[in-house]
Amino acid sequence: MPEAVHSQPAWVLLAYLVAGVCFILALRGLSSPESSRRGNITGMIGMTIAVVTTLATHSLATMPEIIVAMVIGGGVGLVIARKIQMTAMPQLVAAFHSLVGMAAVLVGAAAYLNPEAFGIAVRITPIASPSFISIYPVSRIEMGLGVAIGAITFSGSVIAFLKLNGNMSGKPILLPLRHLINLGTLAAILLLIAYFTQDQDPWVFFTVMGLSFAIGFLLIIPIGGADMPVVISMLNSYSGWAAAAMGFTLHNSAMIITGALVGSSGAILSYIMCRAMNRSFISVIAGGFGAVASGGDAAAIDRPYKRGSAEDAAFLMAQADQVVIVPGYGMAVSQAQHALREMADLLKSKGVRVKYAIHPVAGRMPGHMNVLLAEANVPYDEVFELEDINSEFAQTDVAFVIGANDVTNPAAKTDKSSPIYGMPVLDVEKARTVLFVKRSMGGVGYAGVDNELFYRDNTMMLLSDAKKMVEEIVKNLG
Amino acid sequence: MDFISILSIFVLACFVGYYVVWSVTPALHTPLMSVTNAISSVIVVGALIASASAAVPASKWLGLIAVALASVNIFGGFAVTQRMLAMYRKKERKDA
Repeated sequence: MPEAVHSQPAWVLLAYLVAGVCFILALRGLSSPESSRRGNITGMIGMTIAVVTTLATHSLATMPEIIVAMVIGGGVGLVIARKIQMTAMPQLVAAFHSLVGMAAVLVGAAAYLNPEAFGIAVRITPIASPSFISIYPVSRIEMGLGVAIGAITFSGSVIAFLKLNGNMSGKPILLPLRHLINLGTLAAILLLIAYFTQDQDPWVFFTVMGLSFAIGFLLIIPIGGADMPVVISMLNSYSGWAAAAMGFTLHNSAMIITGALVGSSGAILSYIMCRAMNRSFISVIAGGFGAVASGGDAAAIDRPYKRGSAEDAAFLMAQADQVVIVPGYGMAVSQAQHALREMADLLKSKGVRVKYAIHPVAGRMPGHMNVLLAEANVPYDEVFELEDINSEFAQTDVAFVIGANDVTNPAAKTDKSSPIYGMPVLDVEKARTVLFVKRSMGGVGYAGVDNELFYRDNTMMLLSDAKKMVEEIVKNLG
Repeated sequence: MDFISILSIFVLACFVGYYVVWSVTPALHTPLMSVTNAISSVIVVGALIASASAAVPASKWLGLIAVALASVNIFGGFAVTQRMLAMYRKKERKDA
């Protein structure tokens, strides 16, 4: 194989390798909050090394244009990073994924149009006919895959963004025969990439691109809002594989290492999210979850429940030895995290132990609740994961559930007919008293199932907007 | 580098990724996503190569657009990660 074109000086190869190692260290740093900030800086150093090395080894003729592009992009990025609200992180991450996807598509297209600049082609001059450029067959496959994955990442992330940002309903959109259409499109993409090795005509390349944009869109529209944590992790993974495929095209170790890291990171997060919902990855991808609310609603309205006031809640919690707060997406929606921390501070000043319990799928992306609590200055050593806190509910006086629903439903442990049966849940019902903040009795969680917890003797429903209720409680505690 | 060396780097990096990511504390999963986002924009390397070659104008312009998009991600991704990580504090902090 004529690989000589790829030959680069040893220092260049080493520099990209160092950049790749920096990225590994950036992720390694995230094993604890203390080391994480240093890790992030290491990541920035790695990126600087990769960019400087590339610029140093290529023509400087277009440098001004490149700098303008970087300044515009970088400026936009910095402004967004500063302004974005922490509750909007899921949308932001989806938007960023779409940019990586689009960048991969554009780089793929640029490499297709100018393969010599990327060192992935030879000029062939047959006797008595004009010379032409032939892209190496291996590079064609790598390029085709990179563009396909990039395009899927792009259009899938755009749909995820629209759903998370509320521009599009979170309800699944189910097309007839969608599995058939999706599988057919995927097969067509793979066949065309295979055919691309025989024929480098533009129609093959651009059809692969077009079909990939379409499949990304088709794959995400049937997936409902509750499954967004999986979708966003999955797209994270795809953006990594797109970068890796481009790394194969360019024979660039920094890109390949990064792609592999990001790809496995997203895959692991998807797995963790699926496990936390007791759903298989395939069933999430197939979509449709939460499309129909179960018949539980009618029964829900008739069943008796206890309703409490902010005053009752304040009294109960002030008397407690230990209060465990269980936040969910509803807390994020009503921006109640700051008021919540104020409430916790008041309780602590009265000698109450306060802890937070986080379910892995609370919120719309992995770790979303932790960030919101951190933003509200909640110390991270008061925040516990499901398996670390579940045994403590039995010794807890008050469990304060705010904006979470399905993740506290005891039916997941007992009712085999429930759609969420088998999902690991927080054992809040074991606490002496459960205070459940909820807007009204009517609504159900994302899974569309009624929650047994509402009608228990030890549950008191606090029906109000989450933030208003917490503020009321704060007033009563003060 | 030949295809097999590249494939070796890729396969080994997948294993590294597997072990490194499992060691990330769940509390930092959101910063993990934003930082992986930032580093996957190392694809900017490809965009720079395309933009640096003026031989095919269309390719150069696609490259420049890709440079701008990837820059949004690089600067935005690292900055928002830094902002988030700065929020994680332990108990008994002096500044509240």
